[in-house]
Amino acid sequence: MTTYILRRALQALPILFLLSVFLFGVVRLMPGGPLAQAERNPNVSPEQLAALRVRLGLDQPLPIQYVKWIKAFVLEGDWGYSIKFRRPVAEMIWERVPATLILFGAGFIVMLLFAIPIGVYSAIKPYSFFDNLITTFSFAGQSVPVYWMGLVLIVIFYLNVQLFPAGGMYTIGREGEVLDLLWHLVLPITAMSFSWIAWYSRFLRSSMRDTLNEDYIRTARAKGLSARMVHFRHALRNALLPLVTLIALDLPTVFGGAVFIEAIFAWPGMGRLFWDAAKGRDYPILLAVMMIYAALTLLFNLIADIVYGFLDPRIRYD
Amino acid sequence: MTDTVLASEPIFSTSTRPESLTELIWRRFRRHRLALLAAILLLLMVTLVLAAPLSRYSPTDQNPRNDFAPPSAEHWFGTDELGRDVFTRILYGGRISLAVGIFSTLFSLAIGIVIGALSGYYGGWIDNILMRITDTFLILPVVFVLILFSALLREMPALAEFRNSVWLVIVAISVFAWMLPARLARGLFLVLREKEFVSASRALGASDARLIFLRILPNSIGPLLVTATLEMAYAIITESGLSYLGFGIQPPTPSWGNILESAQIHVYRAPWLAIFPGLMIFITVMAINFIGDGLRDAFDPYVIHTEK
Repeated sequence: MTTYILRRALQALPILFLLSVFLFGVVRLMPGGPLAQAERNPNVSPEQLAALRVRLGLDQPLPIQYVKWIKAFVLEGDWGYSIKFRRPVAEMIWERVPATLILFGAGFIVMLLFAIPIGVYSAIKPYSFFDNLITTFSFAGQSVPVYWMGLVLIVIFYLNVQLFPAGGMYTIGREGEVLDLLWHLVLPITAMSFSWIAWYSRFLRSSMRDTLNEDYIRTARAKGLSARMVHFRHALRNALLPLVTLIALDLPTVFGGAVFIEAIFAWPGMGRLFWDAAKGRDYPILLAVMMIYAALTLLFNLIADIVYGFLDPRIRYD
Repeated sequence: MTDTVLASEPIFSTSTRPESLTELIWRRFRRHRLALLAAILLLLMVTLVLAAPLSRYSPTDQNPRNDFAPPSAEHWFGTDELGRDVFTRILYGGRISLAVGIFSTLFSLAIGIVIGALSGYYGGWIDNILMRITDTFLILPVVFVLILFSALLREMPALAEFRNSVWLVIVAISVFAWMLPARLARGLFLVLREKEFVSASRALGASDARLIFLRILPNSIGPLLVTATLEMAYAIITESGLSYLGFGIQPPTPSWGNILESAQIHVYRAPWLAIFPGLMIFITVMAINFIGDGLRDAFDPYVIHTEK
């Protein structure tokens, strides 16, 4: 097992390397590079510019710059300074992590709460009225743009019914209150999890249907277990397995969706930070956020592979 | 005597000519009612969008005295903050959005097929390198990368001419959307290169290029077509999303995404501005998804439709 984890981690390294070179290249090879802002500023003299270039190490060859950058990035946690706010990028990102984690976490739980029962029920009663309804719903869910869904929810539940707030994380003056937070979470989570539920319940349905055809399910039924026992203890646990890998593979899409949600609902998370930074061409922030999300995706794919081994004892890694 | 009866009454087909693959797929596709309906809907959408110049209104002419007019017989989808007819703007925006969808699909599929074909056909170190590159692209947070690229490319002096070009968006989307077709093509090529008809062709002296493009590729058309529908749905949603965030198609060129973007500031005053462009995206993407589902069933020999 340890060997497998090690080998798998080593396999991830070249990908991470390719990725970092790619991201580094993108930002350094652009015209003006990190100094674009300063060059446009008429108050910065050519001498100051030259001094800045030396101070930032931009006069050195690219490979050396890369090594320095990656060393600072990984070992020292130095992700550079925001061009616009003159603050360390790492600090700015850390401030945004809790909001994004809350959004993802809550969305994920809501997704599981709906997707699992829907998927299981559709699989147990295929082609029933409910199943057909869910099929239509899942096509709708997979086709609806998340940003439009958000706007429609705002129009309905803020403009017309005035039930939920249209944006932000807390009402001013009630920061930190859990109830207020949940209140603010309703619309973003609904918009975000709608397509997830459609997608994963569909996947679970086919996975569950495959599982229900297995020999061990017939055995379980033959020895007289109740339907509930068969469906939930024997079938569901096995049907959920492929979902682990699927979710890990889908992470980039999920992260991407959060940008839209955070943009529409003024949610103070990493996606919103990225969007604001992109509008202000604040490249150090863009680079750091992208690097973090890519590394997280890689890490979760690794974890999914390993967890899969624990969940499914039939898989041997040596 | 019995022989003549059998010959004059064919059991499977009424014509003597054997059914071509296109005919077979079309016959099977037609049975998927929703897919057929979706295909008609999409065709209608394309026609409507192409007929945009027939509209009484211009997509750019402003009429400030008639701003924020709600939907009416005069203006089907109402008017926006500058008094422009939203229906006309959505038709013109649809041209851009659909064009981005079609061209991005073509480009990303082309890239994906070439990479997947090389990978699957040659295998070995070529496969290894190409698949590591594919893996790297797969873990990229695509929306973030596209936003970054869109911002970067517009700042490059060399590209100043294309700054507001639709092609910039098409290329950006395609460059980060070829991975799934590549993996699919690789799998198909891995299997098909071992088939007898490929060996036979090779024995007759066919070149690698001939085998790849004229022998194996035509035989993988089914799954690739299904992927094309997925890619197109993805491209349309991504284009609108990017434009919605301000990093896609730039005004004054209308696209469904940037119409939605300019609508959201006014959502409190004129909600219909936000409803209609999104509804068009939704309907189009759903139609494409249903067509994809129909194609999947039509190409899958295991799916047997029962006529209802």
